[in-house]
Amino acid sequence: MKKRAFHKELKTFRLGGVHPQDNKLSATVPLAQLPLPKQVTIPIVQHIGAPAKVVVQRGDTVKVGQVIAQHEGFISSNIHASCSGRIGIIEDVMDSSGFKHLAVNIRVKGDDWLETIDRTDTLVEEISLSRDEIVARVMEAGVVGMGGAGFPSHAKIKVPEGKTIDTLIINGVECEPYLTADHRLMLEKPREIIVGVRILMKALGVSRAIIGIEDNKHDAIELFEEWLREGKQIEVQPLEVQYPQGGEKQLIQAVLDREVPSGGLPADVGVIVHNVGTTFAIYEAVQKNKPLIERVVTVTGKDVKQPSNLWVRIGTPVIELITAAGGLPESTGKVVSGGPMMGKAIADLEVPVAKGTSGILVIAQAETKRTEEYNCVHCGKCIEACPMGLEPYRLLLLSKAGHSEKSKRENVLDCIECGSCSFVCPSNRPILDYIRLSKTKLKKLK
Amino acid sequence: MSQSLLTVAPSPHIHTELTIPQVMRGVIIAMVPALLVSVYNFGLGAVYVTGLSILFCAGAEWAICKFLLKREPTITDGSAVITGMLLAFNVPSNLPWYIILIGSLVSVGIGKMSFGGLGNNPFNPALVGRVFLLLSFPVEMTSWPQAVATWSLDGTTGATPLGILKDGLRAGETVPALMQQMPSYTDFFFGFQGGSLGEMSAFALLIGLGYMLYRKIITWHIPVTMIATVFVMTGIFWFIDPTRFASPLFHVLTGGVMLGAIFMATDYVTSPVSHKGMILFAIGCGVLTVLIRLFGAYPEGVSFAILIMNAFVPLINTYLKPVRYGRKK
Repeated sequence: MKKRAFHKELKTFRLGGVHPQDNKLSATVPLAQLPLPKQVTIPIVQHIGAPAKVVVQRGDTVKVGQVIAQHEGFISSNIHASCSGRIGIIEDVMDSSGFKHLAVNIRVKGDDWLETIDRTDTLVEEISLSRDEIVARVMEAGVVGMGGAGFPSHAKIKVPEGKTIDTLIINGVECEPYLTADHRLMLEKPREIIVGVRILMKALGVSRAIIGIEDNKHDAIELFEEWLREGKQIEVQPLEVQYPQGGEKQLIQAVLDREVPSGGLPADVGVIVHNVGTTFAIYEAVQKNKPLIERVVTVTGKDVKQPSNLWVRIGTPVIELITAAGGLPESTGKVVSGGPMMGKAIADLEVPVAKGTSGILVIAQAETKRTEEYNCVHCGKCIEACPMGLEPYRLLLLSKAGHSEKSKRENVLDCIECGSCSFVCPSNRPILDYIRLSKTKLKKLK
Repeated sequence: MSQSLLTVAPSPHIHTELTIPQVMRGVIIAMVPALLVSVYNFGLGAVYVTGLSILFCAGAEWAICKFLLKREPTITDGSAVITGMLLAFNVPSNLPWYIILIGSLVSVGIGKMSFGGLGNNPFNPALVGRVFLLLSFPVEMTSWPQAVATWSLDGTTGATPLGILKDGLRAGETVPALMQQMPSYTDFFFGFQGGSLGEMSAFALLIGLGYMLYRKIITWHIPVTMIATVFVMTGIFWFIDPTRFASPLFHVLTGGVMLGAIFMATDYVTSPVSHKGMILFAIGCGVLTVLIRLFGAYPEGVSFAILIMNAFVPLINTYLKPVRYGRKK
């Protein structure tokens, strides 16, 4: 076995977990800029909370970074023009959720940025803003959780009333197979991310931050250990490769051995978790005055000609990314926004990239079909795999029988929908589909 | 490729390669070493009994699906083949064909298909067949051909080590004296002893266990716990009175403890689903085995022990919950 040079022992979460094939095809491909598209369609709802209110009209001219939709209340987020040009039609458009939501179309013209944005690559290390100013700046910049959940980041920077936060965890796990967006960002922007971590620490008033990175990203672990050698406040925690370690609850268990109580938040156990992509966006918002108008997206798949990691403007149609990666393969059966375990299959390649789009995965027709379903043989593999300690096989039976209340007693609402149960089931039973059905029913009953 | 043909389905979009047919194939491969030892020991008899048993079990499942249940035959999932192999492993290698046929019909017909087929049966089908045969044909089921490779179908028969022990103790002899008549522990380990077709060689069965653990088909919980329970419990009795009780090593290496712990008690369908449940179940199997052996009428007790514990599985599954995340009191 290869000797590990890391300074710390590998850790991982205790309950469940699976090991799908890594398939990180684009891990060594450097970040590249996707050419500007002809038009972008920017959804107004890219976050959890109140939708933003559109403040532009058809025909207006906008610059890059200009607010096109204003947040409504604290748990909400600003939306900015990601390209300069003329505002086109403002109408409901299908996004990656499969539902239609209001979106603003911009006919791209030139690349004309707001003058207040610092577009240089110079690293700005000194943090001059106060805690409240940081929160205000992050809110202004429309930063939301970029790991996929899309919770407005400024709301996670402000320490909730009556809670004490002692540790900030930075999620550099990227446990979804295929995806490498966070990995590349860590390799190419480590110093910016570290400044971002310091900004978060200042805002939260914590003296300890831990960056969790899985063992399949040796280079990133070593790089951060190198940059963090001096200080003691920020540490790197190497983690065993195991899905779903990037889940907030699992990461907290892995790093600190604390459990977020059912129905609670990480803040209940003194922890706040931010993703590395978000941390980088916060750096740019606070130090460069740059709103969240672009992000790294991995474009990948076994038959994709050039798996890539691209800087993409928010609102760019998915087809543009696939074209840049060598075009849609002949074999394509499914296109997924996100990773293969939790990503959403999209019906239309015109769907725009959003703030939470970490990857575009092209799956071949042959791998698209679900194979034959057998009876449950009670092998217990779903229980072994469930990171929340649930009994997925039982939840499926209860859901099929329509016993929502019983499912609730079996803690179905604790399910994080990581898909480990369905992945591991030798009988190919659609366990998670039925669990979702129960959860939806229970939420409607409430 | 037209865009409108994109498949939209809920996540996850990838799936493990260890599906039911793969699992069944893995179990069959894991049984091959034990079968080879049996062929070496018993010659053609082992091939004949195993072949017939597989044929009858698969045939019974096919016929029941086709003519009684009127649905697509399910033999391609491979579970009938395993039932057939396990039934053969649990009977003497000179069993007449009609007894094998009856055993197969009971195993598959009553043991499995009457409950709705794969996944629904409460009791291990092969053991249901085996115990039915043991009660119905006690003479044929306990006349064991000796472990001498003969390529004819007739051979000498005799008792198993456990049988010799039980009869000897009843006749008033002591364990050390009886052990003189038996093969060495090395012979036990490699399988040069009398007994059911597939139960003799701990070595071959352990290879199978290793393979199944490596392929992640089963976990260590049931086999290790059950073997350890038998070892510890017989060890305690042996420690108290070595003239009346045989050594723990003897008990572990004879009479189907290995076969039962590795291939019968680990049956997905009839064992608990959680690790905690598996351990409890395996302890129960071990304790009952020892009780039957030391104090019961039968020289060996693995089949009965597992069948009895099978009946507790739904109860264990209902009351032994896995450790939940975030619900510590």
